[in-house]
Amino acid sequence: MQNPAIYLIGLVFGVGITVSGMANPAKVLNFFDVFGTWDPSLAFVMGGALVTAFIGYRVVLKRPAPTFDPQFYVPTSRQLDMPLIAGSVVFGIGWGISGFCPGGALPALGTLNPSVVIFTAALLAGMGLARIVPPRLTFKFPTSKRRPT
Amino acid sequence: MTEFTPWASLLGGFLIGAASVLLMLLKGRVMGATGILGATVFDRPKGDTAWRVALLLGMISGPAVVALTTGSWPVIEVPVSTTALVIGGLIVGVGVTFGSGCTSGHGVCGMARLSPRSIAATATFMTATFATVFVIRHVIGG
Repeated sequence: MQNPAIYLIGLVFGVGITVSGMANPAKVLNFFDVFGTWDPSLAFVMGGALVTAFIGYRVVLKRPAPTFDPQFYVPTSRQLDMPLIAGSVVFGIGWGISGFCPGGALPALGTLNPSVVIFTAALLAGMGLARIVPPRLTFKFPTSKRRPT
Repeated sequence: MTEFTPWASLLGGFLIGAASVLLMLLKGRVMGATGILGATVFDRPKGDTAWRVALLLGMISGPAVVALTTGSWPVIEVPVSTTALVIGGLIVGVGVTFGSGCTSGHGVCGMARLSPRSIAATATFMTATFATVFVIRHVIGG
């Protein structure tokens, strides 16, 4: 049964986010406040996550297929385009204003903190708004097949 | 002021990375909060939503598990106004949709694959966040 296993994966992620401090906007904003109350902790979060994922992906992506799916869904586009860059600028501004990013806020919802609920509602509103735009600018769900090498 | 927590942050980072690897192993998917949330709430691909709901429920369960193991609920210190949360949230929602991802999808999973798109996206949103915090805290003085 895959769903209980996937629930556990989500739990590992959620615990990781919580323990790392990514769910705490004060800590997140302090990482970005280099000239003020700088807290470098988030660099260690990214570092730890990147090293782990880099090594892990190299092992996993050598397999012919995932366990519960016939194919990998790894985005293959290498094209830098305006939506990517402009969207990232906008995301960064919003993150800097609120101290929350989606991956940080979702586990934080588990604390039932009203501020997190408010942010998440606004996040969803923004995501919905952005979808009511010309199709060529819309978020494309990655469906590219990864060819086994 | 928040405490510098190198070991907790490293551990948390390892768990985040591990979850990403496990999701790729089991489902072949990127552990991107934006994509998972977006697909679950908006796109809802037929017959392909249950696992995402399971994943999201797992994520939300994180703080409770931490509370049970450590004896205290994780601290969520919000140093910004409700207005900032709303405006910030809206802006993030728009940004991650056009940008096709956020810190988990681009910053961790994409960069771990050495994806040029994710490296560019991450460099861009990190720079934008540094600049925004600088302006808010040291120029405007908010």
